[in-house]
Formats: sequence, structure tokens, C-alpha cells
Amino acid sequence: MISLAGRDIMHAWGKFVFTGLGLGLLIGVTLSMAGIYRGMVDDGKALLDNSGADLWVVQQNTLGPYAEASSIYDDTWRGIRNMPGVERVANVTYLTMQVRQGERDVRAMVTGVTAGSPGTPGWPPYLVGGRQITRDHYEAVADIATGFKLGDSIQIRRNNYTVVGLTRRMVSSGGDPMVFIPLKDAQEAQFLKDNDAILQQRRRTTVNPVFNRPQVPGLLEAVIASQSTNTYVNAVLVQIGASYNADDVAESIRRWKRYTVYTRSQMEEILVGKLIATSAKQIGMFLVILSIVSAAIVAFIIYTLTLGKIREIAVLKLIGTRNRTIAGLIMQQAIALGVIGFMVGKISATLLMAPIFPKHVLLEPLDSVFGFIAVVVICIFSSIIAIRAALKVDPAEAVGG
Amino acid sequence: MAGKGIRIEGLKKSYGRGDTVVEALKGVDMQVAPGEVVGLVGPSGSGKSTLLKCLGAVIEPTAGRMILGDQVIYEDGWKVKDLRALRRDRIGFIFQAPYLIPFLDVTDNVALLPMLAGKPNAQAREQAIDLFKELDIEHRAKAMPAQLSGGEQQRVAIARGLVNRPPVILADEPTAPLDSERALAVIRILNEMARKFETAIIVVTHDEKIIPTFKRIYHIRDGVTYEEAGEGRSFV
Repeated sequence: MISLAGRDIMHAWGKFVFTGLGLGLLIGVTLSMAGIYRGMVDDGKALLDNSGADLWVVQQNTLGPYAEASSIYDDTWRGIRNMPGVERVANVTYLTMQVRQGERDVRAMVTGVTAGSPGTPGWPPYLVGGRQITRDHYEAVADIATGFKLGDSIQIRRNNYTVVGLTRRMVSSGGDPMVFIPLKDAQEAQFLKDNDAILQQRRRTTVNPVFNRPQVPGLLEAVIASQSTNTYVNAVLVQIGASYNADDVAESIRRWKRYTVYTRSQMEEILVGKLIATSAKQIGMFLVILSIVSAAIVAFIIYTLTLGKIREIAVLKLIGTRNRTIAGLIMQQAIALGVIGFMVGKISATLLMAPIFPKHVLLEPLDSVFGFIAVVVICIFSSIIAIRAALKVDPAEAVGG
Repeated sequence: MAGKGIRIEGLKKSYGRGDTVVEALKGVDMQVAPGEVVGLVGPSGSGKSTLLKCLGAVIEPTAGRMILGDQVIYEDGWKVKDLRALRRDRIGFIFQAPYLIPFLDVTDNVALLPMLAGKPNAQAREQAIDLFKELDIEHRAKAMPAQLSGGEQQRVAIARGLVNRPPVILADEPTAPLDSERALAVIRILNEMARKFETAIIVVTHDEKIIPTFKRIYHIRDGVTYEEAGEGRSFV
């Protein structure tokens, strides 16, 4: 038996290809939306992977340092370093801000890293150009997504930094590229006030009789000095020994040091389950809406194509064609339309949309497989209305009168 | 295969119920022998189409008897379970317009019927080509319907009606869209095919130019048929 659907498609291929093209762009957007979600999850995981930490020690009862603000004293690491199972520790600060370079600015996550050597928690694990930070001040390593080049001078708050190294895929959970600077500079950038605010604060302290006591010499100077120094970081990153269990070490730090400690799996849960949960829901809604729109378009197109063939269907029924053959003709056409649409969608998502989209779009092969299955299922269901219409056609319509 | 033509006795068909009932056929008798071509003539609303639909097993009569070849197919109810198979294998249709499937070439338009009956594609196509030779359209076998003239399309439609060698062919105004010359050519072909394949052909028509060509004509008026014998009539 010949394929009636195949013959009809070959006969009116232009109609099918152009309809498939339109549908394909819609499917391309749907695949890209799924890719954006995957990209967000991947960004979150990249952030955790690249930090090189097994545990995150943060301010008690916060979801810091990525999902909530957290500040702990910058000497906290000393006590943690001596806990059983802890191999390496490092302070870290994170601040998402606009980093200026000449006339332009780039949104970036400025990360303050402790002096050390490659492998120190918080440091970029690899470079694609230049070198790591070797000085205590005014050097930076930037992700290439910032667009900065080696030797560029960038401005963070009041200070200028020279880009000495470039790295890749170092991004925040929101997809902003990272810029690494020395910890002390980062603490200043994050917590230090501007000159006017410092003067104002000193004036207020001086007129406060509690701090300005003539009978206690040096008190006022000590208070003012403490106000102009910053002793906070956002978190302490911890690497544990190979033979230790992360949960056990975390529990020990929680118990004895009175901090909140997250393991890798807990931090992943915070990033994926909480930080990007709203975005994921929004993307999920878009996916549902786009799927419904795609289904409606396929249903409408197939229904219209079927109505255009009512006379032929009546003739086919009159000459004894079985209902399943007619239903097969319509369903195969709907599936063919879906397959054309999916191919166009996959190509457009991969070659057109993902490369130019301003966020990281990760198109997983498995998502494409599920997407293809979903398209075929949607097309099958969308053809039901047209099939019903075709099966209702009275073969008597082919006979005049 | 062709058998003893078709015979109908006291065929009735009514639409509606109670006070609104309309009797479209009030007891039609008709017999067409194998190899015979008869005309069925009547004004609009006389019941021609209803009769044709009953004969074609498209609608169910209300009462009466229909015998196709040796088999009673209707006697106060269908005696055949699969009406689609009956239409496909034992009744040929030729319509007012050819109604060819536009996305199939000429050969497959005709070969589709034997294919639907389960014949292998090659054998079905061979059967179609054999008929094209008879109808002198072999050279158009690979053409698409839209590439054919009206007369060629109607010949393909005739081939489709004949391809399963049915005992009866129902032709619904097959010459309506054709000029006199082509209309007479179609009737000539139908007569030749009826004789050759031992098929009974009933031609429903309004067409004054072909009415004189039938040896026997059934007139239908108000749901009743009257036979007019063909005194002085001659086959084309």
C-alpha cells in the first residue's frame, strides 16, 4: 500500500515546508527556553565547581554567600583550619556590581580571593591567558566573557586594577562573569564607605560623649580606627581531607564554631532549588505556553489542510478506504509537520538562537530527545480534531444531489 | 468479478419520522443485466440521487431487496457486514466530476482500489496500466490529474470504476462537464467496457445529448421508476 500522507506531502511540499519552518522557529524558541534553564543550572554548578570548596562556612541562619547576604569575621578561618578533617581554608567575598573599563561598564561578580597559590579555594582553577594574582593589591583576573583583555585597566569602586590573567566559564549563578581581585581590595570595595560618609561618621563619633571622653585618652582614635577598617568576609571556603566525610566535618564546625555550614549537595540545592527556582518556574510557564501555542498551530494547520481535502476524503471513503487509513493519512501528515518543525527548531536553536542569546544556553542532547518525543505526541493529539472531522465526512458527499 | 448484474425490487427509502416523513423512493424496481448500460433520468428531487446512494450502499434503504450478482445484499436490512469492502470490490463509481486524488499520479489513482483490497502495489499498477491501454490513455499513466484534459480525467475515472471488475458501475452524470463530442465518446467507452467486462452500468443523467444513446431508460418521478424500452434506440 502506498503512503497517502507521503504523496500528499510531496505534492504540496512547499506548503508543508513553509508551515514547518514557522512551526520550527516556535519549537526553536521552546528548545532555547529549556536550554536557558539548563544554562542557569550549569552556571550554578560551575560556580560551585570552580570555587574548589567542599564546605561553605557562612553567617549563622543565612543561605549565604550566593543566595543571601552573609558576613563573618575574616579571622574565622583560623579556628576552622584546626578542626579535624579540614585541609585548606580560605576567605572569600562576592559582590555583583558594574565594573568600569574606560567608557563602558560590565556587570560582573567581583570575587575577593585570599593570597595563596593555584588550588587555593576560591581561586580560578585554570587560566586561558596571563597569570594568577601575585600582588596584594590592584591586580585582577577576569573571565573572558567580560570582554576585558590582558593589560586592561578596570575600575572597581575608587580603585583601578590591571587585568593580569584571563579565565573561562567562571560565572555567578546569574550568569555574570567573574572578576577576581585580592581579598583586602575586595573587602574595601564591598564594605568601605566613600570619603564624605567617612568624614560624616567621624564627626558624629567625635560629638558622641560615649566615645569622646577626655578622661580616657586614645578612646576616640581607637573607635574611629575601628570604623574605617573592615574585618568581614562573606564566607570561608573549606577543603576537607580525602579520608573525611563532608557531612561529619560540617557538623563538627556547626557544633563547635556556631556557624552555618553547607556541603556541596546542600549548596547545589540552594542554588537550583531556591536561587533560580523563580526563574525556572517562569521558564516552565513559557515552555507550557509555547507547547500549547505549538499544539494549537499544528491542530489549526492540520484541520485546515483536512478541510481542504473533504471531497477527496469523501471519495476515498466511498471507494472503500478504511477509517484507519484516512486517520493514518492525517496523523502522518501532522507527525511529518512536527518532524520538519523539530528539525528547523533544533537547527535554529543550535545555530541561531543559542550563540546570540545573552545568557548561557545549554542544549542537552537528552532534552532534544524529550523535545522530539513531546513534539510528536503534541502533533498526534493535535491531529485528533482533524481526524474527527475527516471521519464525520459522509461518503455520500461524493455522490451528487 | 462480474456476475448477473443488479436487480432491485420494491426499494423504498424515507427520511424523517412521524408527520415529517418524506418518502424519497416508493418502491423502485429495476434490473440491469451484465454488459448493459441503462440510463436513469428524472427531474431534480425525483429521487435519482437517493436511488444511486442506496445502490451504492452509501445510505440504507427503508425496505425492499437488492441483489448484486448472485448475492442478496439488502433485504429489509443489509445482508453484507462490511459495506466498505462491498463498495470497494463490487461496485464501481464514476462521478459528475472525475474527483481524482490530486496528490496521486494517474496510475496510482486507479491502482489505489486494488491496493486497498490488499493486492501488491506492482500487481495493482499492472492492472491499472492494462485498463489504460483499453481506454487509450496509457501515455498519460505517469501524469498528475491536474495535467490532464477533462476528457482524459473522465477516462481515468472510468478506469478507477472498472479496475476491480465490479458487477455494477454507478455513473452519476459522467458527461455533465463535457462537450457533446467528448460526452458521446465517454458513453461509447462505457458501452465498450460494459460489454468487455460483463458489467452492468447505470448512468444517471440530465444530458439531453446522450439520452438517445441508451437502449433502455428508467425514468424516475416522485420516487417511482418507469421503464422506457428502446424502440428505435441504438447504441452509440
